Amino acid sequence: MTAPKVLGGFVVNGERHQTAFQPHRTLLEVLREDLDLTGTKHGCELGECGACTVLVDGTPVLSCLVLALEAQGKDVTTIEGLADGPDLHPLQDFFAELGASQCGYCSAGFMLAAKKLLEDNPDPTRDEIRRALSGNICRCTGYIKIFEAVELAARRLRGEDATPSREALHGQ
Amino acid sequence: MGSDGTSGADRPEGKHMHAVDPATLQVIGKPWRKVDARSRVTGQTRFADDLKLPRMLFCKLLRSTVAHARIVSVDTSAAEALPGVHAVLRGEELPNTFGILPVSQDEHTLCYDKVRFIGDPVVAIAAVDEDTAWDACRLVKVEYEKLDVVTDVFEAAKQEDNRIHDYGRGGNLHRQEHLEFGDMDAGFAESDLVREDVFFFEGNTHLPMEEHSTLAFRDPDGKVTVMSSTQTPHYLHKALSKVLVDHVPAHKIRVIACPNGGGFGGKSDPFNHEIAAAALSIKTGRPVKITLTREEVFQTHRGRHPVLMKSRIGVTKTGRIKALDFETHLDGGAYGSYGTASTFYTGALQTVTYPVENYHFRGARWFTNKAPCGPKRGHGTPQPRFGLEVQLDKIAVELGINPAVLRRQNLVDAHSLTANWMRIGSMGLGTCIDKVVEGSGFLERWGKQPYGKGIGIACSSYLSGAGLPIYWNAMPHSGVQLKLDRSGLVTVFCGSTDIGQGSNSILAYIVAEVFGLEPQDLRIVTSDTDLTPVDLGSYSSRVTVMTGNAALQAAERAREMIVGPVADKLEVPKGRLTFAGGRVFDCEDPERGMSFAEAVQIAEAKLGTLGTTGSYRPPRAAARFKGGGVGPSPSYSYTAAIVEVDVDPETGIYKVPKIWVAHDIGRALNPALVVGQVEGSVYMGLGEAMMEEMSYRGNRFGVHKIPSMLEYKTPTSMEMPEVVTWIVEDPDPNGPFGAKEAGQGPLLPIMPAVANAVYDAVGVRVDEVPVTPEKVFDAMQKKARGQEGRYGPNELPSIEWPEPRRVRTPWQGGTGVEVEREATEARS
Repeated sequence: MTAPKVLGGFVVNGERHQTAFQPHRTLLEVLREDLDLTGTKHGCELGECGACTVLVDGTPVLSCLVLALEAQGKDVTTIEGLADGPDLHPLQDFFAELGASQCGYCSAGFMLAAKKLLEDNPDPTRDEIRRALSGNICRCTGYIKIFEAVELAARRLRGEDATPSREALHGQ
Repeated sequence: MGSDGTSGADRPEGKHMHAVDPATLQVIGKPWRKVDARSRVTGQTRFADDLKLPRMLFCKLLRSTVAHARIVSVDTSAAEALPGVHAVLRGEELPNTFGILPVSQDEHTLCYDKVRFIGDPVVAIAAVDEDTAWDACRLVKVEYEKLDVVTDVFEAAKQEDNRIHDYGRGGNLHRQEHLEFGDMDAGFAESDLVREDVFFFEGNTHLPMEEHSTLAFRDPDGKVTVMSSTQTPHYLHKALSKVLVDHVPAHKIRVIACPNGGGFGGKSDPFNHEIAAAALSIKTGRPVKITLTREEVFQTHRGRHPVLMKSRIGVTKTGRIKALDFETHLDGGAYGSYGTASTFYTGALQTVTYPVENYHFRGARWFTNKAPCGPKRGHGTPQPRFGLEVQLDKIAVELGINPAVLRRQNLVDAHSLTANWMRIGSMGLGTCIDKVVEGSGFLERWGKQPYGKGIGIACSSYLSGAGLPIYWNAMPHSGVQLKLDRSGLVTVFCGSTDIGQGSNSILAYIVAEVFGLEPQDLRIVTSDTDLTPVDLGSYSSRVTVMTGNAALQAAERAREMIVGPVADKLEVPKGRLTFAGGRVFDCEDPERGMSFAEAVQIAEAKLGTLGTTGSYRPPRAAARFKGGGVGPSPSYSYTAAIVEVDVDPETGIYKVPKIWVAHDIGRALNPALVVGQVEGSVYMGLGEAMMEEMSYRGNRFGVHKIPSMLEYKTPTSMEMPEVVTWIVEDPDPNGPFGAKEAGQGPLLPIMPAVANAVYDAVGVRVDEVPVTPEKVFDAMQKKARGQEGRYGPNELPSIEWPEPRRVRTPWQGGTGVEVEREATEARS
């Protein structure tokens, strides 16, 4: 593969980046391998698992199916850009609190997909959460703690009291 | 050595604190965040493929495109000539074999005599980037002389002369085990009801989200470091030492297990790609990384064995099992892997839930030309558990007893021995059944709902760690070192590997509890063979009990070191010192005390640099017969589950709206982590029950039909039902603070509970996993035509069995050895 490199510019997590890459490289590859943003994961590189989900101009995309060239000049948000400095985003806080992140490999994709959901729909039902996250696979949690974490994050983002239920942390 | 042949250090020592009053605990039993939760939710956890080193090369493996063939020639000249290629590794360069078990060292890093499944690696190439490595693979010319392909146990038995391996029991039979406990004829004669059923459990795979990855490099001083997504760094170290013996000595190999992006048993074997990366890093003098594609992860496999099984059972009118005769045939795939253990596991745990008075087990494992099977969550026990629990459901129907009641009135006793000499510790299954039955309204609903609505129950048990290590040795299974710093920092070193289950956190909770510290304040250093004492690995649900006991011992020894000097300083009797809230103080006068850091300084001034070790080896098993090494465990967890289904009578398509599950954990060191393990197990079990299967195209050429995450169906967020979870705490004397396992047991009852619920809904039996709508529909059609409403197999391969090893049961006055040996022992 000797295709000449092209120069691309992106705004990733609010920072301007310029990097040269071969034109067939995906956004996933450029983020991980050229920009060292390894918080974005890959589970298939075929658009099947959702682990590589990032936001491009605020919309979730599978970065393994997007050419880096297509994201030129756009705003990209990865997991590294979700927290506000040392302060975790409510999604991150409740993923940690509830154990919605066991191995953590799928977590970035889930949280970025959920971020968009909560922006569009600040008070989603459990079914709406299921649907919004149905493109992301998790093999550890059985999804339940993820649903609960998204619901709690939604409550906190709405400025309401958000305390995990006793059952969520202790069982019945 | 002690008089019983064990070394003194690892004998279960002192108290495991299982009887401690939970109200006095500061850390244990509380839903702390995991110590590494923050790094996992911010993307900072460094998995193997996230690592990068200067001058790093990329490796790819050329894999076999045929399922069974002799290799006639391999021409790598064009690949070697490709610009960007730095090294080509061929099979004959590494002739030493490896394999996880000492009895099946049957894998080569790269094949050079024959290939045994589609995906068997033949050549490894290191190049400047992945694209170049792939291009180079395509330039390699391999000439194969094709052999007939064996794709199931019947073919394996039939094609006796077409041997996949030249070792084993002859033909394609890898292992064959035959054990008999008690008097089977008497047991069946005393039975009021005898039935025989044949079941099939299709293979399925772990599908961890993280694809396996390894980065290896050679230091200028000749040391080789292998950083890998492995659950078993110690065993990988052993395999590397064996294969690379002519290139680097064992003490110069360092294995670092990276955090695993999911394991479930799929990263427990030493793998070709790990050894190839290490060898290429030696060959090139540069770091070499390999990351598998998803298709390669399917080929790497080591997942659930397809098991064909027959169970003949005799029970009394109340459902007490007088005799159980169980025969299993495991489709092992192309290599040995853990298969010897898997074979025994298909017969080991039938006895630990309900008493079985007389027990007969025959197990056979066959080689086939498919991806090798190995340990997946539940390792060898979910398949027979499915058969037994579905059969008990049929018996309950025949006897006219509610299946929950039948189980509840036939439970093994706590602190007892089973027919096959498994030693039961604490046993909370009765409470588990009560919880789920009451929560779901099972007694009012079973058999009484409208057609199409069903509810089913099943129970299970699982080990808290294997009683024996994978290679025989008398050393501890788990070691922990503690280092206490003047700053008050406690560093915990342990060889265990966090695969997402939270094993790093368990170490922190236990040590923090002893010192009265906050778990987040400790530093946890794990899974590095250069820095951390050996822990055998994250498999067989062993980590909480074994590392936990080792950590508890190390921490109590360190506490003892601190107590003396501090008591002297405070002029307080040692027994009155309390460690809590980051302080050490007189419990009768809390003002009289000091910070933990000051206490460490006082102790260091008196004793010198502070550090301790702790280690653990499981208690000696009661089973002493040959083959009795698989199954014994320090303790057994128990689970009861009830599944609700909603079946469409027109199509057989069914939904699972709700599951109730109760798990006897002994004691929850962290209830939030236990709930997470239970829910995750239920999810994975539901996938196996409803849809997951490793299927091969037409079962003819050994081509995997669906090696992708899209086509290998798993439950998504849309299918996951509501799950109601109870944690049942019945502390076990062998567990740290009474803890038992949580990561595997709760998976086991889900598959039979689904099948039993389908029966309750539409009156047909699917005696096969997965219970797909097609099978339900087929059975309903048969029933409508007046045939037996059943989908499932009817026969097993017919083979000769060697004489059984006969062992008398504890109630026959046996001693845990074969009858013949009993006589010899009595004479001597």
